[in-house]
Amino acid sequence: MDILRTENVTMKFGGVTAVSNFNLKLQQGKITALIGPNGAGKTTAFNVLTGVYTPTIGKIYLKDADITGIRPDKITALGIARTFQNIRLFNDLSVLDNVLVGNHLHLKSNILDAALRLPKYNKEDKIIQDRSLELLNKVGLYDFKDEKASSLPYGMQRRLEIARALATDPGLLLLDEPAAGMNPKESYDLTSFILSIRDEYKLTIFMIEHHMQVVMDISDKIYVFDYGITIAEGTPNQIQNDKKVIEAYLGVEEDA
Amino acid sequence: MKNKNRILTIISLVVLAVILYYTNKGVDSYKLRILNLCAIYTILGVSMNLINGFTGQFSLGHAGFMAVGAYTTSLLIMPADIKVENFFLKPIISPLANIHLPFLPALIAGGLLAAGAAFLIGYPVLRLKGDYLAIATLGFSEIIRIIFTNTQSITNGSLGLKSIPNYTNLWWSFGLAAFTIIIIVSLIRSSYGRAFKAIREDEIAAESMGINLFKHKMWSFVIGAFFAGVGGGLLASLIGAIDPLMFRFFLTYNILLIIVLGGLGSITGTVIASFIVTIATEGLRFLDESINIGEYTIQGIPGLRMVVFSVLLMIVIIFFRNGLMGKKEFSWASLRNPFSKASKMGGK
Repeated sequence: MDILRTENVTMKFGGVTAVSNFNLKLQQGKITALIGPNGAGKTTAFNVLTGVYTPTIGKIYLKDADITGIRPDKITALGIARTFQNIRLFNDLSVLDNVLVGNHLHLKSNILDAALRLPKYNKEDKIIQDRSLELLNKVGLYDFKDEKASSLPYGMQRRLEIARALATDPGLLLLDEPAAGMNPKESYDLTSFILSIRDEYKLTIFMIEHHMQVVMDISDKIYVFDYGITIAEGTPNQIQNDKKVIEAYLGVEEDA
Repeated sequence: MKNKNRILTIISLVVLAVILYYTNKGVDSYKLRILNLCAIYTILGVSMNLINGFTGQFSLGHAGFMAVGAYTTSLLIMPADIKVENFFLKPIISPLANIHLPFLPALIAGGLLAAGAAFLIGYPVLRLKGDYLAIATLGFSEIIRIIFTNTQSITNGSLGLKSIPNYTNLWWSFGLAAFTIIIIVSLIRSSYGRAFKAIREDEIAAESMGINLFKHKMWSFVIGAFFAGVGGGLLASLIGAIDPLMFRFFLTYNILLIIVLGGLGSITGTVIASFIVTIATEGLRFLDESINIGEYTIQGIPGLRMVVFSVLLMIVIIFFRNGLMGKKEFSWASLRNPFSKASKMGGK
């Protein structure tokens, strides 16, 4: 079953078409990757899916509901969480607080309950704290819960960003270059981490990634972008042998 | 541990009450007035810090909210005959002339009206960011002042209000300051407070965490304005006379000075800074007057006090960007064990 699909999504900025006629289908429980050279429009596609931009043309459906043009916070509430290419943690907050913020959208108490510490709020807060600690435990950040987010090493910041996204309780997780700047050992760890959270939280994952090793290892399906145009889609095997993809990455072979 | 801290807090509140009781009796009225001002500036600083320091919205509308609160409270606590005395140019409009409320409901009404004004102005301006928000809120505060200057039959225009009953005393000012601190601290330590801080740190990330930016900014803005209105009401009843000129940008600047000096994002810092600034404003009064040293007389320059504060603010911004406390808070845990992690992170 498709958890998310787009119909001819096109995003134009003035005269520049960053994404054109993007038809995406994300299968429930599968890992899908989006690859392409720098500036191909991958992050723009992410921003369109998460509501940061409203597509110029086209529709986005989550399950069967039209979510085109809905605000980012509402889209998160509908079950799409994301991470960012350049990590965007709440740097001055503790690791635990970062994850707690991810729980805020589930809070039912209103602001008066919270300011006056009414039993209704206290009860909910306790549940949120426990959930967050458990999540930190699962992603291996429990020992750092009181550290400032900015004081964590790079790899752990990436992990915390994923944990924070998981706290919003998503069905679909969008990862924007999760392995960027990682060495082979770290990206190997990340690969198994992504697989483990997918199984643990029953996630569908859509990711942008440049590390071909990571992409080919874990993706069930790959989309390839070049200048905003989908030049290929298919299994890792098909993509590796696709002539257009090779041309986009390596250039056209000239006749001798 | 949590219970122990609560007991310590209650004990310190009781100690404060005992100290207030003896100060109320044993201190002359000039010093009492300074102490009252300290407490009122604490309320104003803490409420402005909620908006500027915790939610990261650079708002300069505080004088406007205070004006709304001050006028509302004053008009509600003034007896009918004093109102007649005040409004000799143009009589006050009819329902207002006879309404007379006790102090507390009048203060609450002032706070609510200020919050209402914040809601109306917040609707368009909270979509702006940074400098633009600062300019728009500053404009709002000036507009309020101009409106109050021109609504002769409601606010008595530029003549202002005089003989406002002096209800403000140490109990009211310190009591409400303690109440403000308790409410705002428990708010910023709650899930909503974490959302405010998340917005301060990174709006885009906060929105992708499912936080409705506009709604949360509005809450912070409205709550801050409520307490600014209450502070304005207390101030009006302390001084006994208000006019629109009192609520110029200078007033907002004073509060801004307090929260920057104390540390944007630290309630403890704001409390300390509001006492320092208020007492120093009085203490440095000699700078504005002529000074006699033996036979020599140094001519006083009115306004020299503010030069001192401006220099102080510059030094703070250049060398101690985070103010006195940065984002740190006082906590019982940090008192017990000053080098623990809790004290560094401002734990409970």
